[in-house]
Amino acid sequence: MRRLSRLLAIAAVGLALAAVWEGYKLIGQSIGPEGGPSWLPVATDDLTMPHTWDILAAFVEPVQRGRSETLAVFLLRSAWFTLREAALGFAIGAIVGLGLALIMLRSRFLDRGLVPWINISQTVPLIALAPIVVTWGRTTFLSDTQAVSLIAAYLTFFPVAVNGLAGLKSPDPASVELMRSYAASWWQTVIKLRLPAARAYLFPAFKLAATLSVVGAIVGEISAGVRGGLGRVILDFAGRYTTGPEKLYAAVVAAGLLGLFVFWLANLAERRAMRGRAVELS
Amino acid sequence: MESTTDATEPAVAIRGVVKVFGAGTDEALTAIDGIDLTIAPGEFVSLIGPSGCGKSTLLRLIADLLPLTGGEISVFGKSAEAGRVDQDYGMAFQSAGLFDWRTVAANIELPLELMGWSKADRRARSAEMLELVKLPEFGDRYPWQLSGGMQQRVAIARALAFRPRLLLMDEPFGALDEMTREHMQNELLAIVADLDTTVVFVTHSIPEAAFLSDRVVVLSPRPGRIHSIVDVPMQARTAELREHSEFFKTATEIREALRAVEATIPSAGAPEPSPSTGEAAE
Repeated sequence: MRRLSRLLAIAAVGLALAAVWEGYKLIGQSIGPEGGPSWLPVATDDLTMPHTWDILAAFVEPVQRGRSETLAVFLLRSAWFTLREAALGFAIGAIVGLGLALIMLRSRFLDRGLVPWINISQTVPLIALAPIVVTWGRTTFLSDTQAVSLIAAYLTFFPVAVNGLAGLKSPDPASVELMRSYAASWWQTVIKLRLPAARAYLFPAFKLAATLSVVGAIVGEISAGVRGGLGRVILDFAGRYTTGPEKLYAAVVAAGLLGLFVFWLANLAERRAMRGRAVELS
Repeated sequence: MESTTDATEPAVAIRGVVKVFGAGTDEALTAIDGIDLTIAPGEFVSLIGPSGCGKSTLLRLIADLLPLTGGEISVFGKSAEAGRVDQDYGMAFQSAGLFDWRTVAANIELPLELMGWSKADRRARSAEMLELVKLPEFGDRYPWQLSGGMQQRVAIARALAFRPRLLLMDEPFGALDEMTREHMQNELLAIVADLDTTVVFVTHSIPEAAFLSDRVVVLSPRPGRIHSIVDVPMQARTAELREHSEFFKTATEIREALRAVEATIPSAGAPEPSPSTGEAAE
């Protein structure tokens, strides 16, 4: 029942947003020349702002004249390609992030020295970095799609490292004393106390990292020129915008849905991992 | 370095112990200044005194959770560190400090896990301990499903799960209501009598010290020193004792000692250094 009412609320807001889109179009076209009056920030003609129903209809139309594959299936295939890159990027980022958090926990020196570098790493624009990673990848055994995964990992390691460290440090001093009273080793303390306590910090980071991995993969594909994924599809549809603007919108919707899907996966994993304390968290 | 434990060897021997927090800095604070105390096997000794008298600090020095500044402490003839590494003591704090991602049974089994016990042995022992603290049906529950008094009983079961000869307790019943507290005191006495455990017990409560202890050590603050030791006459520690004149006589004796201590304090100045947030956290 609660689930249903939530879905209804989401659908209602979605419809309202579509209504705003269409309403803006309607007003612009009723008062101005073709494309609406020039003082509107965005022109309202069908090329600039296709109708929402045209965007939806584009999904079931053939992706190209003469091809039997619909746009929906084509986007699904591209999304799957991007999802695999993103998944590898997420895995690398999570492992590197957690590894950095453990290193910073272990060494006070590196805790002080690494944090600024980790912060700086995220101020470098991904677009600038991507071609370098791809170029480096080509000089080694890495394929271009693996290079894209590395670009995604560059975004995902950050929240995992930052939240992971906060989580590893979160146990209260009495719990740490307790482990010390048992003469537990550093690793035993990490495994039995710090990591379980860090879960409440790690899973929100994983959720953020999951969506970031999709963003990273798409940006990486675009700058590396990798074919087969959503990034390239967006680039192609943008190039052929005048012949089918609704296709680009559809591809953007697909990218958004992919991000939503990985967020949902991470959420599912969190619920499973936190089952023992579900009551406390709700 | 005697390795044998004969009957006359003290459970805890404290000789000329000094503890200075932040030694060598401007903020150096002498928490304990020259304490000598010998505790016999099977004895129940309470440490009582105003804030800042270093009673919790002394307990943590015995537990080797804090480094000594001067003097020496031996536990069953060994250094405090060897006592900790050999798991000669169990410890219970004011907050039960149960791990909320572990079931009650798994919490009790934590020290056994760290000591490498087999799963079957752990199960058997935790069931036995749950029986002992009168929570036999609660093994599969999580800590947050238990009341404060029940959580504290689980913490005692955890502290005694590996049958240490010494139990160190830091105001374990401080957060409980009066009735639960008295009930827990009765149970604690039964349990430690059953297992023949030596207990060092930090408390703020005069009746608690008078009821539980064989000896009550009254400490004076800034720096912490032993003011006096109150011997409690041998008697059956039953619920009836609480209404007995002997009990009131002991309580009065402790109260007068504490009054004498309070009279020596020039002003209620700096707060007690918190050992659990100080060096122990490292």
